[in-house]
Amino acid sequence: MTFTAQHLLGIEHLSRDDIVSILDLAEQYVELNRQPHKHVDTLAGMTQINMFFENSTRTQSSFEIAGKRLGADVMNMAMGASSIKKGETLIDTALTLNAMNPDLLVVRHPHSGAVDLLSEKVNCAVLNAGDGRHEHPTQALLDALTIRRAKGRLHRLSVAICGDIAHSRVARSNIFMLNKMESRIRLIAPVTLLPAGIDQFGVEVFDDMAEGLEGVDVVMMLRLQRERMDGAFIPSTREYYHRWGLTAEKLSHAKDDAIVMHPGPMNRGVEIDGEIADDLNRSVIQEQVEMGVAVRMAAMELLVKARRDAKRDVGVMV
Amino acid sequence: MTTLLTNARLIDPETASEFRGSVLIDEGRISGIIAEGDTLSQADEIIDCNGKCLAPGIIDIGVKVCEPGERHKESFRTAGEAAAAGGVTTMIVRSDTEPAVDSPETLQFALRRARDVSKVNVLPMAALTKDRAGKEMAEIGFLLDAGAVAFSDGDAVNRNNKIFGRCLSYAKAMGALVIGHAQEPVMSDGACATSGPFASKLGLPAVSPMAERIQLERDMALVEMTGVRYHVDQLSTAVSLPVLERAKAAGLRVTAGVSIHHLTLNELDIDGYRTFFKLKPPLRHEDDRIAMAQAVASGLIDVICSQHTPQDEESKRLPFEEAASGAVGLETILPAVISLVHAGHLDLPTLWRALSLNPAKVMGLESGRLAAGAPADLVVFDPDKPFVMDRFKMLSRCKNTPYDERRMQGAVLRTFVGGTEVYCRD
Repeated sequence: MTFTAQHLLGIEHLSRDDIVSILDLAEQYVELNRQPHKHVDTLAGMTQINMFFENSTRTQSSFEIAGKRLGADVMNMAMGASSIKKGETLIDTALTLNAMNPDLLVVRHPHSGAVDLLSEKVNCAVLNAGDGRHEHPTQALLDALTIRRAKGRLHRLSVAICGDIAHSRVARSNIFMLNKMESRIRLIAPVTLLPAGIDQFGVEVFDDMAEGLEGVDVVMMLRLQRERMDGAFIPSTREYYHRWGLTAEKLSHAKDDAIVMHPGPMNRGVEIDGEIADDLNRSVIQEQVEMGVAVRMAAMELLVKARRDAKRDVGVMV
Repeated sequence: MTTLLTNARLIDPETASEFRGSVLIDEGRISGIIAEGDTLSQADEIIDCNGKCLAPGIIDIGVKVCEPGERHKESFRTAGEAAAAGGVTTMIVRSDTEPAVDSPETLQFALRRARDVSKVNVLPMAALTKDRAGKEMAEIGFLLDAGAVAFSDGDAVNRNNKIFGRCLSYAKAMGALVIGHAQEPVMSDGACATSGPFASKLGLPAVSPMAERIQLERDMALVEMTGVRYHVDQLSTAVSLPVLERAKAAGLRVTAGVSIHHLTLNELDIDGYRTFFKLKPPLRHEDDRIAMAQAVASGLIDVICSQHTPQDEESKRLPFEEAASGAVGLETILPAVISLVHAGHLDLPTLWRALSLNPAKVMGLESGRLAAGAPADLVVFDPDKPFVMDRFKMLSRCKNTPYDERRMQGAVLRTFVGGTEVYCRD
């Protein structure tokens, strides 16, 4: 099965085969990344621009390392500090960069759908590094790779996603992903942090951690943003930790070999107990970061190849 | 000068009937309705309608003409041309301009511009409070003298019940009509979609339909308290309708409108983050759309309006959350609502009750009727003519219509204002 997507904007419009192609290729890069010499020439001569309209340390450095290991010339644009402040629109910024002939644009934006809009205006591959509350596809892919390596499969698993689902693009992308892979999804959150109509997404919804975690294979914790802690969504961080924070006691309801995940950065003592986060037998949080680089390398390589193939096809037709 | 429009299918909203016949126009007014078979009068000019529909011109409450302030978006000239092409013979224009129409001087400027360049009748609303800021009352008395037909702060909902209540009392004493916007402002703040699974999937900030009902309940309480004559610019959700029904049953002097967009589109249309479908209030669930169409058919909703809101390309070519709200509607109001007839929700006379007769009653106008003595503001149209909407063929200066490339039915053939033909389709 060939990978034909021209952009990676979200998981929703990827096929199951596309996902498997990315994960299979990523496995090879996991091996490469563990070698002393971590460099290939797949993207040699190509230009990758990272445009982050929202602050990010982890995702941006992960994309940067991924591009450099593939041999691309990587440029980071700190968008907060540049043209947007001067009143330039997103589309004009995109057209300006497009004129510099990049091959890959990695974009994070605070508004849902902004990366889709930008992708319509440029003629290179666009990777969504998170748009508003919409999607964060490479996070879901790295989560999938982490789960597959720990559990040996992605189907017929029971996965709990816990915390601030309402404002989370990670949760949305993972819901699309796990549904495509035919796993069971359980969402556990206070009702104020659940999006409206979420019960129609092919998920089971729980308010109680012990009940929701019963017998699950995977526990995915989400970060509680600081701005949601002011009393408008939850009464206090201590009440949140008491009811929805992941502790050893709550985790005991999951399967004995259940893994614990977190997209980072963590609030220890708010959504997760520090000891669990550091427990090498349960926590795969560090491995998630490692998988992130591999998955991004795989996604960028496949997108570039799909574009090259599409161009060649057009050439044949002409 | 007399004109006879013959061989027409007459749509009479007052008697809720349609019949074949002719209309005689004399000195800008309708001087006779002649049923088929009766003796035709002589006239200076005879126009054959070829069996097509002839109805009172549409009276559109709540048109935004961007004068003063943003003439690059829409002027009285372009809005007038768009209205004539759309079968709209009277525009009740909004006060939410830059600056707001909140003084007799600004109002007179707008009226002068309208009189000089608009092809159709223009009646202005004025702001209820200075700069629509909700703090100080506008000069309601002077504005009435200058020609204001209604008072409204547009979508700037007044959160201060004490001041808003006083404004309503004062307006009541002056005999003025107040037009309100029923969206609870704190809940609606920042929302650009209706809450539910679809908005959640797109990750857009969304508002519950209850925000409309909450504000409507408040407004009805203040109307009851003050006794003011009150028109709700547009309702869009099923949960609001029982509130309106109770208010009417209790004898409050309340009427309500609905926009063509909320009658013909639903929340699914924003898929792909298409900003031309970004409206205020946001598009609703399909059940709400059907409830609104039924409420127009039953008469609970009095008025259909276009909520014509020009936005240039720059303000729409942005991420959905940042893009401006609103759509132009003067040229699409007729084909849009005729889809409700083709879908079987209502018949043409019932539709025209909401397009011309009721708006005329709300605004206290003589027009909007097919009766001897009424101003000869008329539209000839073919309800069945199919076409594919092309936004670049519109006369409105801004082309932000959500119906672009849509297959539609219903074409305006001729429009008359005061007996003068202001539009004729080639």
